[in-house]
Amino acid sequence: MNPVDGLHRPGDSPVHRLRPQVKIVALAAFTCAIAATPREAVWAFGCYALLLAGLFALARVPAAWVLSRSLVESPFLVLALAFPFMVAGPEVHFGFITVSEPGLWAGWNLFAKATLGVWAALLLAATTPVAGVLAGLSRLRCPEILLQITAFAIRYAYLTVAEVTQMRLARLARCDDPRFLWQAGALARSLGVVFIRSFERGERVWQAMAARGYTGRLPLEVGPAPASALQWAAALSAPLAAGVIAAWTAAAA
Amino acid sequence: MSDLALHIPTDVIDGPTSLAAVLVAALVVGLCVVRARRHLDERLVPLAGLATAFIFAAQMLNFPIAAGVSGHLLGGALAAALLGPWLGALCVTVVIVIQALLFADGAVTALGLNVANMALIATFTAYAVLTLALKVLPRTRGGLAAAVFAAAVVSVVAASAGFVLQFWIGGEEVGQSFGAMAAAILGTHVLVGLGEAAITAGAVTAVALARPDLVHALRGTRLAQAPRDLKETA
Repeated sequence: MNPVDGLHRPGDSPVHRLRPQVKIVALAAFTCAIAATPREAVWAFGCYALLLAGLFALARVPAAWVLSRSLVESPFLVLALAFPFMVAGPEVHFGFITVSEPGLWAGWNLFAKATLGVWAALLLAATTPVAGVLAGLSRLRCPEILLQITAFAIRYAYLTVAEVTQMRLARLARCDDPRFLWQAGALARSLGVVFIRSFERGERVWQAMAARGYTGRLPLEVGPAPASALQWAAALSAPLAAGVIAAWTAAAA
Repeated sequence: MSDLALHIPTDVIDGPTSLAAVLVAALVVGLCVVRARRHLDERLVPLAGLATAFIFAAQMLNFPIAAGVSGHLLGGALAAALLGPWLGALCVTVVIVIQALLFADGAVTALGLNVANMALIATFTAYAVLTLALKVLPRTRGGLAAAVFAAAVVSVVAASAGFVLQFWIGGEEVGQSFGAMAAAILGTHVLVGLGEAAITAGAVTAVALARPDLVHALRGTRLAQAPRDLKETA
């Protein structure tokens, strides 16, 4: 995985063409709708999954890619599997296994919502370039100082990661193959060297910026483009549909 | 255990708790910006940016724990020891936000919780333990390594304890089994913490021997032992 391009998959679909700020708001709204849906409304989660699947198809993101990227949440799926055995309540028998009914619901709740949340976030990550996400956050009035730090971090992550990879290759070429933690000394020391290099590079970059008249503010006159009402309407239709389903199921429950 | 992440997904913790965490996290991160800027003024953006890039790269580094099992750094203790609590917490926060928005790791609604656990609790606890330990231990290579080791173990366990606490406030009602679950989570993270601690202690000692002025925890003093030359590998 490349840390600098994120998970972005270049393309020219309608989803790619939406302004990033619109997509970020839509993602947050969609995730809230998922979280607010009562766990017993199984069909609602099916609707969300279909909605997201449709959007992935529209953005031409292959299903296999989405499924392999969904594995980030696997530690929490272990928790979901443990719930049926942990939560107290009326019990259900499956052959020789006895599990609690509220526990099963809790596990399902965690599994469904975590998966859908990751899918929604993957849709943003796959269709928006890194610079786009930063521009979108800036349109949404995210504090400028954090965005500038983030932009610098992403820009120099290329170099730092390349340095770490290079040192790893150098270690491997010298037959370094630590199998246990107490053999990992070389790894820790090379991390120290990378830190010294990064910090010194930071000072050099600052000196170069100061030499060009930097006084703590980036002279960026070109702001990110605003989004049209049509774009907002198009992007918010998916979370709106999800919100209606969530409100309906919550009222029914 | 590779990529064992603490990033909380959607709705593991309920809405009100998540919202409270967002508010607390925003306040503390704001304070971090103010304090870090006081220390670095206009150098803040380039230096914090490069330090964040370093934490990012450090998290990509997989280290062995036992044969076939590997883990990766959380970086809270590393950031606290090298950069100090304010700048350190700021850098880890930026890393977590990047992971949520660009890598779909951790839910957008749980961003406040994730920042609170992994950036704020981990970094500040590590710094507190480190400061206390350095008051007691001698300023030698071994003393620094031991202090950083302790700080890293405690920081990882504290971050997972943060999750356990949030789960207790706003998570699933698990009744009797809560103690067992908490013990399992904390126990696993003691092991993760030992790995984190060994790598962090090694890295910080290496920096302290070559450039003691860059280790925030030493506050400009050198190690008592004559520094050996740290050979850079190409």
